[in-house]
This record gives sequence, C-alpha cells and structure tokens, in this order.
Amino acid sequence: MKILVCISHVPDTTSKINFSEGDTKFDTNGVQFIINPNDEYGLTRAMWFKEKQGATVDVVNVGGPETEPTLRKALALGADGAIRVNTPALDGFAVAEQLAKVVKDGAYDLVIAGRESIDYNGGMVPGMLAGLTDANFVNTCISLEIDGTNAKAIREIDGGKETVTTALPLVIGAQKGLVEESDLRIPNMRGIMMARKKPLTVLEPIEASTETVSVKFEKPTPKGAVTLVSPDNLDELVQLLHTEAKVI
Amino acid sequence: MKPDLFEAPDYYNLDDLLTEEHKLVRNAARSWVKREVSPIIEDYAQKGAFPKHIIGGLADIGAFGPYIPEAYGGAGLDQISYGLIMQEIERGDSGIRSTASVQSSLVMYPIWKYGTEAQRKKYLPKLASGEWMGCFGLTEPDYGSNPSGMTTHFKDMGDHYLLNGAKMWISNAPFAQIAVVWAKDETGRIHGLIVERGMDGFSTPETHNKWSLRASATGELIFNNVKIPKDHILPNKSGLSAPLGCLDSARYGIAWGAIGAAMDCYDTALRYSKERMQFGKPIGQFQLQQKKLAEMITEITKAQLLTWRLGVLKNENKATSAQISMAKRNNVEMAITIAREARQILGAMGISGEYSIMRHAMNLESVITYEGTHDIHLLITGLDITGFNAFK
Repeated sequence: MKILVCISHVPDTTSKINFSEGDTKFDTNGVQFIINPNDEYGLTRAMWFKEKQGATVDVVNVGGPETEPTLRKALALGADGAIRVNTPALDGFAVAEQLAKVVKDGAYDLVIAGRESIDYNGGMVPGMLAGLTDANFVNTCISLEIDGTNAKAIREIDGGKETVTTALPLVIGAQKGLVEESDLRIPNMRGIMMARKKPLTVLEPIEASTETVSVKFEKPTPKGAVTLVSPDNLDELVQLLHTEAKVI
Repeated sequence: MKPDLFEAPDYYNLDDLLTEEHKLVRNAARSWVKREVSPIIEDYAQKGAFPKHIIGGLADIGAFGPYIPEAYGGAGLDQISYGLIMQEIERGDSGIRSTASVQSSLVMYPIWKYGTEAQRKKYLPKLASGEWMGCFGLTEPDYGSNPSGMTTHFKDMGDHYLLNGAKMWISNAPFAQIAVVWAKDETGRIHGLIVERGMDGFSTPETHNKWSLRASATGELIFNNVKIPKDHILPNKSGLSAPLGCLDSARYGIAWGAIGAAMDCYDTALRYSKERMQFGKPIGQFQLQQKKLAEMITEITKAQLLTWRLGVLKNENKATSAQISMAKRNNVEMAITIAREARQILGAMGISGEYSIMRHAMNLESVITYEGTHDIHLLITGLDITGFNAFK
C-alpha cells in the first residue's frame, strides 16, 4: 500500500500572530512553524500502517523552501520520502490541484490530509483532492483500518460517530482520534540521522489558478476586562447587563 | 507540579543562526523533556532518586555522545547540536543533564579520543544506547581544585595493574557499569583506566542527603587492590591534560545547560508576573518586577550569543580551554542569579515544588562548583590574559 500524507507547514499554536503590509500578509518574523496537528495525527497513523502492514509512506507539501524543515521532521518521524511542490500555498483550490497531480503520478492508494490546517482553517483540500483524483472520501476521520483494498473508517458526526466501509483509493480528512495526542511521536536521534539520507524531491508546480484572494486580515477584538459583581448585589448585575452589556 | 507551559525565549532571533538540523534536534529534545521529564522530575528530586527509566529516552534523543561518530554508535552531530541538547535537558533539570554530560563528555569522549579501537568498539555503542552507564573519577576527598595532587595510584604487576585509592563526588557512580578513573603510575604520571563494576575490590557507595542535584545519583569510587587488565588503560594520552580535555568538553556542555535552567526560571517568572495580582494589578506592572525580568532576558540573550559563538569555535576546533572557562563561569553565574531573582518574583510560591525555580536554584549551587569552581575559572581567565599563574 502506498500512502501519501499531506503536510501543512503552520505556525506553532503558541505563536504571537501579527500582520504586515497593511494587514494583507501574515508576519512570519519570529514565528516557529510546525507540522499541522491534524496532519500529524494522520502521519502517526500512517506510521502504524508502515510498521504493521508494510505500507510505504511519502509526505508532500505545497510551499516554498522555507517549509522543508517541516518535511524533514516528517522524514525523521519515519516517512520514507518527501515531495515539495515549489509554489506558495495561496488557496485551497490551487493546493488541491497541485496535490492531485502528485497523487496521480505516484499512484497512491491512500491519501491522508488533515481535515483542516490550523492557520487558515480552510478545510477544503481533502474533499477537493478526493474529487480531483476520483477517490473515495471520508472526512473528520477518527479511526481507519485497511484490509487489502477495503477500508473501514469511523468519522465524527454531530453528537456521535458513524462507521463506514469503503474502498481504496481513498482520501481521508484526519483529526485527533485517528490517534491520540499521547501517541504522537518525538523524532529520535536515529530518525533524525536517517532523515539526512532520505529523498526530498522538489517538483515544479503545474498551472493551477487560485480562486480566492486574501484581501485583509484582522485579529479578534481583545477580550475586555472582567467585572466582578458580588453575589449579594444582584441588582447591580442586572443594571450592568442592561446598561453596559445591553443584553437584557 | 504545574503543567509545563515553557516557551523558550529568543529575544534576538538567534534561531536564525541555527541550521535546520540544529532546530530539529533541539525541538525533539525540548518536546521530550516536556513529555518525559517535567511531569516526574519534582517527585524524583523530592525523594532524592535518579529516574532510571528515562535512560532509554535520553539515548533516543541523542543525549549520550551526540558528537561521537556513527561508526561507534553516536549520532555524528556537531558541537552546537550537543550544546542544544544539554540546554534542553537542563531546562528540565541540572541533575539529569549531569548524567548526560558525564556519559558523553567524561566517559565516551576519553574512550573515543584516548582509547584503542578495541576499547571504542567494546564500550561506545553500549554507552550511546544507554545499555551501559558510565562515571568519571578524578576528584578525591583531598584533591578538588588541585587534581594533580591526587593519591589514587596503580602498580604494574606484570600481567595486570593493581589500583588503590578513592574518588569522591562522582555523578552516576552508584549505578554505572564502568568508571573512567584517573590515577598515577609509579612515576607519578596520570593515566586513565577503565574500571568495570564487578571487579574485585571496587565499590561505589552512594552519597546521601544532598540539597542539590537530588535527581542525580552521586557516590564514591573505592579501589582496594583492584586488579585491572592491562588492556583497560587508555593509551593515547596521559598527564593532567588528558582529564582536562574531557572537562573542556563537559564544561562546554554545562555552559549551554545553564542557559536552559535560566530560560526555565525566566519563563516561569514572566508568566507568573502576568498572572499574580497584588494591589489590584498584575505584579508585572510594577517597575521593580520589570527590572528583574528585563535584566534576566538581557543576560540570557548575552549568554546565548556568547555560547553560540563558542559552539562555532568548537566546531572549527578553535575553542580554547580558557574560552570555555569564561562561558561556563559566566553562564552558571547568570543562571543562578536569575534563579534567585525569579524565586523572589514568585514570592512564597517560589520555594514550592509546584514550580521548578527552587530546584533549579539548588541544583545550580552544585553546577557553579563542579567542573571547575567559579573562582578557579576566573583564575584560568586571569592566567590567560596576564600570563601569571595565580593558582599557587
């Protein structure tokens, strides 16, 4: 089984977010980048298929050279090879088209992509990728087993779970639950040393047009101060809700 | 203990000076410390025990001989990678870093540099994997800053050496499988010998009731007519410069490690200063607390730059012993000062085991003394710049 895990290169969750150029660009100054957590759950499950079922696992990213450390970490975690499509990830449409070419050329049986990246939270790529490659698709996937070309998956639905069976080729949208946080791995020295020798192939992009353009970014309004009201003073609370919060 | 919320300060974007691989190695060590050391370290320090179960993990992140060539089971990394690993481990605890420093710089390094090919092949892979742990015997009860006065000695008995003497304040001694021991031959010249646990007449009593490095095991090495096979001598270097060469490597690691302890104290104090309310506002709004925090990050940033530069020199084989002494001395003092100031910012909570600060402060009292005391390192700088030896 050939598995491709799509890896987004995203700011660490503790990063301080700022914008530059008149709030049109994300300011990467001083920001640490990590593997998108939803992708990391997927990569960890892919490693299980590699170790238990002999799958080969490649990772892919659409982005500039600055994303290579993230791919190298994926290699250190055990992926066999990495591919970088050398073009900025401008929107989900363009990224899905670039990835579809890689999936078709590599004849991958299973494609795992995080259900969304934690930077722009588009959530578009896995579904579009399945569409563009004529593969089956299970989103919000929290369990996946493969037997030959048959797959059994569980997906999270509102208030519960749904178990589905489907067949390869398959694209899944990965998230926490596919593996647990405690299953996530830390690259060991052996892995880091082996990653030096593994291939990181840079592919030039195909023609793919973006369909959306980022015009402006804004940060959420800062949270206001908390006003503490004594439990003995409910009249004041009502008064504040009425005159200041204006909710009653 | 509180959850480990550590965020590493990098005020001058010094990460830009590191390679992709440096950061991968450092971040792996950082994640490992957060996951495996932070949750358990307070408990082990309180009960005065070394957490043996983390030895495998230390080996996995490359803490044992990261710069030893791959052919001997090391990782073949550069000196900055080694430093960064030490920094991250000491961010967790100086005692755990001490275990790693001893294994790497004081056991694996002399076997690699001064040993025979057979000794390298026999010991280094097992030490790199943590299957065997080692310790280093130089200091004696009456010879600390003056190691050349040591009395531990060995006699050539024809088919073996006979070793007698005692060493003190030896990290890892209580559980180490091997000891690299420095002793004088019949002419008074210092040689390194590999002593294995189980040799008749060799014992390693543990040193109890320390107030510092409580999560690291310390002991004595006692040699009572120990028969040492002749192929256990390290043949390629002798004289005091041989153990001092090991100390250079270890002190270099300590210079990095101390930054880790300082970063943890600063980060804890900074977070606390934003949350702790007094007189109706966070204490971080008061000038005296800001002064402490601002001076801390200034000193950390200076130490980071100094130590990164030392790493570059070390990679080029240009770092002198005196340069290493300066960094060890500066950084450990910087760290212990920050630990004390951070303790004050936390007020009474600063002494509690809920936070790492008091543990770091107590640990650093050892770190400022071992591997060359604070005063001795000053005299090394003094000798280097004046040409006058003020040791004696």
